[in-house]
Amino acid sequence: MTFPTKDDLIDFLYDEARMLDEGYFDDWLALWTEDGHYWMPLDYKQADPIHETSLLYEDQFMLRLRVERLNGARTFSQKPKSRCHHVLNRPFVDEMDHDAGRFVTTTQMHYVETRLDEQFLLALTARHDLVLQDGKLKIAQKRVDILNCDAAFGNIQLLP
Amino acid sequence: MHTPQTRAAMEALVTPYQVHRDLYTSPEIYRLEMKHLFANTWVYVGHESQTPNKGDYFTTQIGDQPVIQVRHSDGEIHVLYNRCPHKGTKIAIDRTGNTGKFFRCPYHAWSFKTDGCLLAIPLKKGYDGTGLDQTESGKGMTAVGAVKNYRGFIFARLAPEGIGFDEFFGDSLSSIDNMVDRSPEGRLEVVGAPLRYMHRCNWKMLVENQTDTCHPMVAHESSAGTAVRIWEEMDQPEGTPKPAAMQIIAPFMSPYEFFENMGIRTWPNGHGHTGVSTSIHADYSEIPGYYDQMVEAYGEERAQQILGENRHNTVYFPNIMIKGPIQQLRNFIPLGADKTLVESWIFRLVGAPDELLARTAMYNRMINAPTSIVGHDDLEMYERAQEGLHADGMQWVNVQRLYEEGEDLEQTAVLNGTTERQMRNQFHAWLKFMTATMPAGQEAAE
Ligand SMILES: [Fe+2]
Repeated sequence: MTFPTKDDLIDFLYDEARMLDEGYFDDWLALWTEDGHYWMPLDYKQADPIHETSLLYEDQFMLRLRVERLNGARTFSQKPKSRCHHVLNRPFVDEMDHDAGRFVTTTQMHYVETRLDEQFLLALTARHDLVLQDGKLKIAQKRVDILNCDAAFGNIQLLP
Repeated sequence: MHTPQTRAAMEALVTPYQVHRDLYTSPEIYRLEMKHLFANTWVYVGHESQTPNKGDYFTTQIGDQPVIQVRHSDGEIHVLYNRCPHKGTKIAIDRTGNTGKFFRCPYHAWSFKTDGCLLAIPLKKGYDGTGLDQTESGKGMTAVGAVKNYRGFIFARLAPEGIGFDEFFGDSLSSIDNMVDRSPEGRLEVVGAPLRYMHRCNWKMLVENQTDTCHPMVAHESSAGTAVRIWEEMDQPEGTPKPAAMQIIAPFMSPYEFFENMGIRTWPNGHGHTGVSTSIHADYSEIPGYYDQMVEAYGEERAQQILGENRHNTVYFPNIMIKGPIQQLRNFIPLGADKTLVESWIFRLVGAPDELLARTAMYNRMINAPTSIVGHDDLEMYERAQEGLHADGMQWVNVQRLYEEGEDLEQTAVLNGTTERQMRNQFHAWLKFMTATMPAGQEAAE
């Protein structure tokens, strides 16, 4: 891919959500750049991921640890396993800079996670910073804002 | 079952090394805790940096009592019950704000000075000759029994009479001292909003877990063990800087001997800490410039003394824990016999490099967040226990590890770091402050 179209970007986001829902975590990890970070702020409109508490600000080591743990023999909070489900609104393509190979999208979605008799719903806004690397789109940063980020939550175990 | 509100009934629930499951499951015991235990002890309210200016307020709760921490016009911090003396409306419901020189109830506009005194009532002539000024309502918002600002940490005792602050905490205040002293200016500031993590379990399970050194290598094998394995599989050349997760999470996999040698210190009245000689916080990388700042502020000897402490978790009975070396406070707020809100706060060491704050924030999200892979397994254990305790075949919870006949919990002691003495210490204090204002009563009813 040399010049991704708007549809290419949107397909990428749908594919990513499907990987998470269906548990194809190796494929999902391969979507990231080496220094890509997954950020989930704790505060509404939080500007600084590092010097304030966030819910997540994970590098590739942490993300790999997170998904490998899910399948561990002694991962007690995943016995039984959780399942999740993303419903995406059609993403906005906010920036397409073909010269720099840089693309920004905003996707509103509903995220459902369930385990045993419990199920919860989160309303999310995800901002993806995508880059073109060796002809492939990669996630350089993903920021996921939870609408009720200041509410008290129980375990959120999979990846919104 | 019906529990009489007597000392004898409470004593029947706590033996030297086991406690009855009703302490965790009974709504009746929970109500008694709110009425007695949380009224007779000094409970953490908030930090002074949350209300830096006159009129700044912060709403929270002490036990199940809604309160407001507010900075009065004389600069002192007051703690008031958060209800209008008129109809009971909460005066403030946002978590934080500034009310100016007075509070004004949004229902009928009764207004109060920021120390609670009644300031004005609209159409006040309607109360002429009614004797309102002779009632509690006519005085204004009620203050809690006593308030103490200890180096920026605000504690309150709801009961007007009771144990004094210094007697209640004694030498345990050295952990707060150490956390504050780690700032070259001797000052902490709250940074950002707290993590808010809901647990469907009794609040005491969380407090006990803070000094439970025999669970990390078991319950957290899935996170800490996997971290170690991935790092080994990456097979990096010697000297490659380890990822942050290895510094923060991997030490949870330390062997039993490490936790044994860490040591536990207990103080009277239910306070205690893990990490006497060393701790899982001891091996963090050095932050450039920080040590020099500390030496400049305190001199070399004192600076080394301050930074040489690596206290892991300090429990302040009844319901907070602080981590001095990484400037955190966790508040275990009881919401019911089987419901606890955990707030995890972080502090900036005023004057210290920002890298320290970055590590503090990182620790908070990696370990204390509802999205934490470490927290997930802790919550799983608590909630399973909350459900399991309903089993009638066995009604006692055991806290016997390294118990010795006749142990004196009114004395400070330093012991093997895997002892459950601190848990026994908490139950000893539980009984003491639960029953301080109860009649003795007869033998417990069966
Ligand atoms: Fe734990």
